[in-house]
Formats: sequence, C-alpha cells, structure tokens
Amino acid sequence: MAAFSRTELSEGLRIALAALKANRMRTILTTLGIFIGVIVVTVIISVIQGLNHYVSSEFSNLGANTMYVSKFPWIIRSWEEFLKYQGRKDITEKHFRMLARNASLAEAVAPDLSANRTIKYRTESLNNVTVTGTTEAYLSCSNVSPETGRFFTDAEVDLNRAVCVIGWEVKDKLFKGDDPIDRRVKIGSLPFTVVGVMEKRGNMFGQSMDATAYIPYTVFQKIYGSRRSMDIQIKAADAGQADALIDQVTGIMRQARGLTPGKPDDFSINQQSQIMDVYNQMTRTLWIVLIGIGSISLLVGGIGIMNIMMVSVTERTREIGIRKAIGAKKRIILWQFLMESIVISGLGVTIGILISLGIALLIRAVSPIPVYISTYVLFLGVGFTLTIGLFFGIYPASKAARLDPIVALRYE
Amino acid sequence: MLIDLQNVVKEYTIGSEVIHALRGINMKIEKNEYMAIMGPSGSGKSTLMNIVGCLDTPTSGSYRLNAKDVGRMDDDRLAEIRNKEIGFVFQNFNLLPRASALHNVELPLIYNGTPPAERRAKAEKALVRVGLKDRMTHRPNELSGGQRQRVAVARALVNNPSIILADEPTGNLDTRTGDEIMELFESLHDQGNTIILVTHEEYIAEHSDRIVRLRDGRVERDEAT
Ligand SMILES: Nc1ncnc2c1ncn2[C@@H]1O[C@H](COP(=O)(O)OP(=O)(O)OP(=O)(O)O)[C@@H](O)[C@H]1O
Ligand SMILES: [Mg+2]
Repeated sequence: MAAFSRTELSEGLRIALAALKANRMRTILTTLGIFIGVIVVTVIISVIQGLNHYVSSEFSNLGANTMYVSKFPWIIRSWEEFLKYQGRKDITEKHFRMLARNASLAEAVAPDLSANRTIKYRTESLNNVTVTGTTEAYLSCSNVSPETGRFFTDAEVDLNRAVCVIGWEVKDKLFKGDDPIDRRVKIGSLPFTVVGVMEKRGNMFGQSMDATAYIPYTVFQKIYGSRRSMDIQIKAADAGQADALIDQVTGIMRQARGLTPGKPDDFSINQQSQIMDVYNQMTRTLWIVLIGIGSISLLVGGIGIMNIMMVSVTERTREIGIRKAIGAKKRIILWQFLMESIVISGLGVTIGILISLGIALLIRAVSPIPVYISTYVLFLGVGFTLTIGLFFGIYPASKAARLDPIVALRYE
Repeated sequence: MLIDLQNVVKEYTIGSEVIHALRGINMKIEKNEYMAIMGPSGSGKSTLMNIVGCLDTPTSGSYRLNAKDVGRMDDDRLAEIRNKEIGFVFQNFNLLPRASALHNVELPLIYNGTPPAERRAKAEKALVRVGLKDRMTHRPNELSGGQRQRVAVARALVNNPSIILADEPTGNLDTRTGDEIMELFESLHDQGNTIILVTHEEYIAEHSDRIVRLRDGRVERDEAT
C-alpha cells in the first residue's frame, strides 16, 4: 500500500471529526461504553499495583539479602505440616556458633530469640513489648542502626551484661522526652540499663516494629531459658552470592544435625522472596479474574464502537459513493472511517483515564486501600485507543472501502 | 483511439427479470471529439456514460481507454483515472450534502493530493467560471437546482481532465445559463479536451460535432452534425 499524502491524512481526520460533531449525542453515548471499560481496567490495575507495592514494601523490612534459619518455615499450608515441623529438633546456640564461624559467604550472622514482656520505667509501663535476644550482628542483618546511644557489644554479650537497646515507641511512651540513656528499666521483673535507642522502624503487617527491646541473647537464655528454638539471621556478603550462601548454610546445618545424604532437611531457610512468591501465587488468580472483568467491559465498549461505525457506514453510503466516483481510493475511505473509530475510542480512553485518576486519588484519600498510579497507565491508554479503534473499526471501515461506487451512488 | 467500445452489453438482474440496459454498443471516440448522446428516457444513456466514465463495468464486451483494457484495471487504478482523466457531471449532481460548494469542488483535488492553498485557489476559479462567485460557502441544499448543476460542472472541470462526461449538464438551466455552460464546454473543446454530453435538446446537441442516438440500448444513428 502506497503512503498517504498529507492532504489525504488531514482530510480523513477532518471528515471523521465533522462526522462525530454532526452526531454529537451518538458520539458521547458510544464513548461512554469505552470510558467505563477504561475506568474499570485502570482502577483495578491501580489497586493491584498499590497492593503489590504495599506488600513488597512491608517485606522490605525483612531485608532482601537476609535469610532466616528457623525450625519452622514461614509458610505452613496445613495442620499436618505444622505437626511435622513441630517434631523437628530445636535450632540452638550451637548452630548459631557453627554458622557464625563457618559461613564464609555471610557478612553477618545473628541469633534471634524473642518473647513478649512488659517494660517498666519508674511508674510508667508498656505491655506486650517484643524482647529480642541477639548480638550486634543484628544491626547488619536487619539493616537498622541505633538513633541515639549505641548497640551492646559482643563483649557485653559474652559477659551476660544486663543492658538493653529500646525501640523508638518504648522511649516515646516510657520516657516522654527524657533522655533514656543509662537509665534503668525493668524488663519483666529484671533491671536492665538502657544503652541505646533504635531508630524508628515502622510497622510490619500492622504490628509495630518499635515496641521492642533488644538484649544480649545470652541474658535472654538465662532468664527465659535456653530450651526454646532460636532463629538465626544471616546476611549475604554479596547479593549475587545469596544462592551459594544458602547452599553453604544448608551444608553446615546438615552436618551439624548429622543428616546423611538423601534425608530431608530438618530445618528451614526462610527468605523474603518466599513470602512474595506465595503472595503472588495467591493473588494471581484474583488479578486474572479482575482484569478479565475489566477486559470484558472494554470489549462491550468496543462492540458499541463497531455497532455505531456500521451505522455510520450505512448512513453515509451515498457519500462514500460520491467520494469514490470522484477518485477516492480504497485506503482513503478506510482511513476516513478508521480515524472516526480511533477518535471515538481516543475520546473514551482519555475521559476514562482522567476519571480513573480522580477515582484512584479519591480511594487513596478516603480508604486504607493503597492505590498506585503509574505513568504507564498513559501508555496503556494510547495502546487501548489504537487497539480498540483499529480492532473494532477495521471491519466497518473495510466494508466502506470495498463498496462499489455505482451501487453506493444509487443507495437511498 | 481514445475511447473504443466493442459490443458492450450491460444487463441488470432484478429478481428473475433481466433488464437489458445496453445491448451491444460499438463506438469509437477520438481525442478532442465533441459528441452528444441523445435518445429517449431509459434508452441507456446514463448507463453508457457510467461505463465510459470508469464507474461501472460492462456485463460483456470490451472497453479500451487510451488503448488500455479498462476491464483489467483494479479498483484503485479506476479511481485514479476517474480522478485525473475524467470530469463527470452527474445527471443528479451527486454533491456532498453537508459540504459547501467550495469544498465539493475541492474534492477531486483533495484526492490527488493538491496542497490546500492551491486547491482552494483552483476551486474558487472554477466556481467563478460557472458564475457562482457569491455562493461558494453555501451547501447544496441552500442552492437552486441550476446552481447545484453548476457546482457539479465546476467540480468536473477543476482538475483539468482530458475527458469531460456531462449527463444533461443543462437540464435544469435557463437558456442563458445553459448557453454559458455550453460556451465553457466549447472553450474546453478548443483547448483540446474530449467532450461527451447527454442531452434531450436538439439545440444543445447542435454544439457538438457528432450525435449518437440510442434506442433500447442500441445505437440507432451515429452521425456528424
Ligand atoms: N441499477 C439498475 N438496476 C436496474 N436497472 C437499471 C439500473 N440502472 C439502469 N437501469 C435500467 O436501465 C435502463 C437504462 O437506464 P439509463 O439510466 O441508462 O437511462 P437513460 O437513457 O439515462 O434515461 P434518462 O434519460 O431518463 O436519464 C433503464 O431501463 C433503467 O431502468
Ligand atoms: Mg440518464
């Protein structure tokens, strides 16, 4: 097909616009179908993206390069599975020491024991504080640092010193603006000296990461008993070596547990990505259904365009005949009608995107549902326009283009 | 030979009835001929014009234009010929109802890619030639029958086609305007163009060099004036 001349192109557009203007009401009604479809699709996409965004930012607290050796995997799908994991031997200090010594690909290895206790300072008290027993390597593994003061040292851990670093919320609630450093608090019934305050960490899944206190894990074991399973946090020295580190950790753990080849692991290595995988798996079907609904409404809008284009072609049969009689080639007529359907769908998509942006902002303002509006919605819009306009316009347009001029001229 | 029709037959089938619009037309037309086609209503004049104008194709027989077989040309090639070679004044004008007289006359130029400014100038000139200087922005439904006919004539002339086919171009005109149009055709003829017109009026046919009379889809008489 030869190229269009500029005159031909602009004439096609002019005719299309004139035709749409001449049938204003009809154009608006046809547009309606498209923009409702676009609204459904873009709002759904924005909400989906918002949720995905929210979830992955929640998990970013777990650290992408940190893995967690635990007795239980993070994802347990059934009661039977739970019982099986329940029967595993505990992860203990011994394993922590072996990993700390032998995992050469790790940047940091930290124990992680936790319990909920009440913290008191003078007359103030705060319930349900997560007490974490660990070492200084925790900072590196969890990618956090104290806001004021310091974290306790490995020497203090070895010497069973009763020192603690308190979370931001604990400081806020108990000290009310006083400097907590070197003050004594009671965790449970035992006194601890505050050496630092952790920076604000925010929430993870609605649970505050700031209502916490960190104490040496040795002290933790002494007061709460050493007969509980420990989590071990391990941070890869090099993000690219994370898989190799998993192999190394697995090897060390299997050796420590005395597992012969062929026996399954009796411990779990958990990672942020596993939870993301499960989240993605769980939500994928839902997304497909939602996008399907959106697409159907777009399809309905598109069929509306096709219908109106068929009407338009029939109505203008004589006009087509005249144009062809005077020398309009097939492609000119084709272009003229394609332009018409593209302009209708373009109008619909533009209005649709504007309204959905409004809706998305509204949802964000009045509801807790996170909505994420990305710029690619714009590109998507252009894509939709062309696709719908072309797809649903091509049949009526080619019908018009193929009309026999003499037959069209006689059409009443 | 510019136009060479051999045994051209045109039949229309409506239901089980076959209408013989043309029953074997043989006709040769030289370049720069000025020919009139006459004949009673329904004798096949418009049908013949449509075939000569490359709008319609014969049921059988052959049509050679400039020694090329029109029957073998595809739709786009035919459109190009209609646009460049032929100026057609239709019996019922066939103007775009929603477009101004000026735009109607511009139409052939749009389809051959003439730039807007030039297009406009040419269209205005053509409308002035047919005496419609002060009706350019009017739509067909705002014009009288004769004025519409003149818009149709202007549109046929605007592209400087070498063949002008006019199906009763003076049918709706008073004698004076009719004569003006005929003078226009005559000057085009003097410039070397070929002119074929259909008419019922002997005095209009007198302008031509040759009169072909049709009856029942056949050439009844074909003679020089
Ligand atoms: N599309 C068509 N379908 C069926 N019959 C047709 C068609 N076009 C023309 N005819 C028939 O062909 C015959 C010739 O028609 P045509 O229009 O050529 O006549 P004409 O000589 O131009 O008449 P007039 O002087 O009234 O314009 C007529 O009998 C007409 O009914
Ligand atoms: Mg006729």
